Amino acid sequence: MSNYLGNYSLYFALIASVYLIFKSYLDANSQNKYLDKSFILITSIQTIMITLSFFSLVAAFVISDFSNETVFNNSHTLKPLFYKVSGTWGNHEGSLLLWLLVLSIFLFIFLLNSRSQDTKYKLLTILFQQIIISGFLVFILLTSNPFKTLYPIPSEGLGLNPILQDPALAIHPPILYLGYVGTSIIFSASLASMISGNIGDKWARHIKKWVLVSWVFLTIGILLGSIWAYYELGWGGFWFWDPVENVSLMPWFCLTALLHTVIVLQKRNSFKEWTIILSITTFSLSMSGTFLVRSGILNSIHTFANDPSRGLFILSFLFILILMSILIFFFNQNKISNAGKENFILSKETAILVNNWFMMFFLSVVLVGTIYPIFLEVLNGSKISVGPPFYHNLLIPFLIPFLIFMSFGPSLKWIKDKIKKFNYNILIIFFISLLISYVILTKTENSFLLSIPLIVLSIYLLLVTIKDFFVSRSSISQKISHFGFSLLITSILLNGLFSNEFNSNMKVGDERIFNEKVVKLKEVNVTDVDNYKSLKASFEVTNKNSSFALHPEVRIYQQPLTITSEADIKTTLFSDNFLVFNILKDDGYYNVRYQYKPLMIWIWISTIFIGFGGLLSVIRKNEQKY
Amino acid sequence: MSKNIKFLGLLLTLIIIFIILLKGLNVPKDYSNEKLNSKIDFSLNAKKLFSDEIINISDLFDKNSASIVNIWASWCAPCREEHQFLMKLKDMNINIIGINYKDSPKNAKNFLSLLGNPYSEVITDNDGTKSIEFGAIGVPETFIISGKTNEIIKKYIGPLTSDNLIEIKNLLKKNA
Repeated sequence: MSNYLGNYSLYFALIASVYLIFKSYLDANSQNKYLDKSFILITSIQTIMITLSFFSLVAAFVISDFSNETVFNNSHTLKPLFYKVSGTWGNHEGSLLLWLLVLSIFLFIFLLNSRSQDTKYKLLTILFQQIIISGFLVFILLTSNPFKTLYPIPSEGLGLNPILQDPALAIHPPILYLGYVGTSIIFSASLASMISGNIGDKWARHIKKWVLVSWVFLTIGILLGSIWAYYELGWGGFWFWDPVENVSLMPWFCLTALLHTVIVLQKRNSFKEWTIILSITTFSLSMSGTFLVRSGILNSIHTFANDPSRGLFILSFLFILILMSILIFFFNQNKISNAGKENFILSKETAILVNNWFMMFFLSVVLVGTIYPIFLEVLNGSKISVGPPFYHNLLIPFLIPFLIFMSFGPSLKWIKDKIKKFNYNILIIFFISLLISYVILTKTENSFLLSIPLIVLSIYLLLVTIKDFFVSRSSISQKISHFGFSLLITSILLNGLFSNEFNSNMKVGDERIFNEKVVKLKEVNVTDVDNYKSLKASFEVTNKNSSFALHPEVRIYQQPLTITSEADIKTTLFSDNFLVFNILKDDGYYNVRYQYKPLMIWIWISTIFIGFGGLLSVIRKNEQKY
Repeated sequence: MSKNIKFLGLLLTLIIIFIILLKGLNVPKDYSNEKLNSKIDFSLNAKKLFSDEIINISDLFDKNSASIVNIWASWCAPCREEHQFLMKLKDMNINIIGINYKDSPKNAKNFLSLLGNPYSEVITDNDGTKSIEFGAIGVPETFIISGKTNEIIKKYIGPLTSDNLIEIKNLLKKNA
């Protein structure tokens, strides 16, 4: 029943999409002053249809309707309700349906929110957005229909990968998608504004909200993915430069650049072409992300079942969209008026341009690292894997100039700034950060020459962003985000510098001494829980004057047979103690990995600050002053 | 004019990227995320389980085809589970080389006489060093190794099931 409902509402949505494409194309060429009423009506019908389709899939998951192939492949009656629901988007078909849902909802909200905009511009935005929506509809219906039926109806499902049964991961894809899909509105809107020729401060103010919303969701989505990797994968890190992680990071760099550029467009009415290029690139990167993850072209822990026909479809669709945007860009370039505005070297515009250069550099490094192995394999058949050292070696040295720029760039004035009388505050802050860094660096042995300027500058930037809360003219949302960013960099650097770990095979009763700490394996309890067998270990970690217990777990799931390690992590404000163990099929020995990771929690907190600043900017109306 | 050149340049780049990605789609993804392109050191010597004869590992492999190597032990319960499947492979005339991991020869021989011997040859690995050479982290593990290049093509951690059959056959055929 729900299968038919879900399937046919998708067909209805496709019909609506085709109607809207033709109607908006025809209307855009006529000189209608007002938007035809049918647009809002048909768009809302389409949104309702897709919502209906999505919820009929959710319903199929909740009632464990195994006549549905997607449910059969990814669910199980024993699974808790929460994971049944999140199982809806934990698979290829369902996650695409979610993409589609967000696409149509965003267009609907866009229509409601852009009443004051030019009619032609609105029509063209609908046109481009509907092209994207219809592309996804056809993709879903042809290659990844979530409503395929099975007969005879199986009595039990195949279960969801237990590694995906985690609260952070249950909400990670929807949030990330909100970010990805938000960029589609920016893409459609900038192509529309290119043709209708309304790029300018007014358009910038209108599109900035969408940029901010997508950026906030993308930031939080990446954060959740990272938290999941840290707590669930049990590798003891928060970022692995896995291709699938990179794919979410690339649009983030681009969107961050766009976020800053759009402010220049709003205040100074310049950087018009650059804004459009960034909008197109951001969306293309989000789409390529979908392509790379869904096609199975990458080798990664995240890749879903691969099916070349899916890859072929997304690849062709992606290139048609890019080609279309390039054509539109080149043929409408002359509509952009660049009234000769002089740019001065010492101005906020230049500072933002520098920010953009850095973002583009970071983006290129990650792009090369992610795509290069694919290219090389095709071109000469060699298989290489690009690991963290590549990214670290290329990115970290460039953090030094980046941190320097970020410490003074944001406080520059628009148009033209002067070098004022020397500011002694800055000097004092610099000396304080030198002092703090000295104290920090004497405590570690594994520091390199490079870590000295990095630590000094990151602490300096942190202090400057704190100082800015009291003196700077800029908006509070910018202060919070910049403070969050400097806190993030500082935490990551200190975390990297002071983390240490040991790896050992231990029996029950064994003790290992490590950095003045004693780690003891006291016992291992075996119990049967709902749908898995649990091996829970008791470890005791004794420091000089305190001790605490850690209880990592190994779970053996039966449906399907999977062994997962649940790390136990003791988190305090200053450090995380991370312990994970694995079964060795040998003489009662267990492989134990213990890690000490300082300031771990601040990596999460600071990212929340970054996102919160953006959120504040969306909510607050009078951000225009600065 | 320069605008046209820019446009054409961009177009050409796009087409090239498209073609490369298109080709990339069709590159088979046989290997898992573990680093597998490591080669096996064939100069190692090992003792045969049944004859106590010491041989060179390279003698076990057929230079012209791919081989299956299965690491097992009599004390390992999942190995017992996958044994049936290995027997099925034997019935299909697929050769399997067994590495008996940290086991007593007596128990190992009992195990095979009780459940049947799917292996064309079994070598012993009392201290686990030979299995380490293959990059094994536990038992059972199964490797498919190319005889030509000595490379591990595919690694299976945990017991094999009939779900793996088609893939194994394809890999053997492709690397024959």
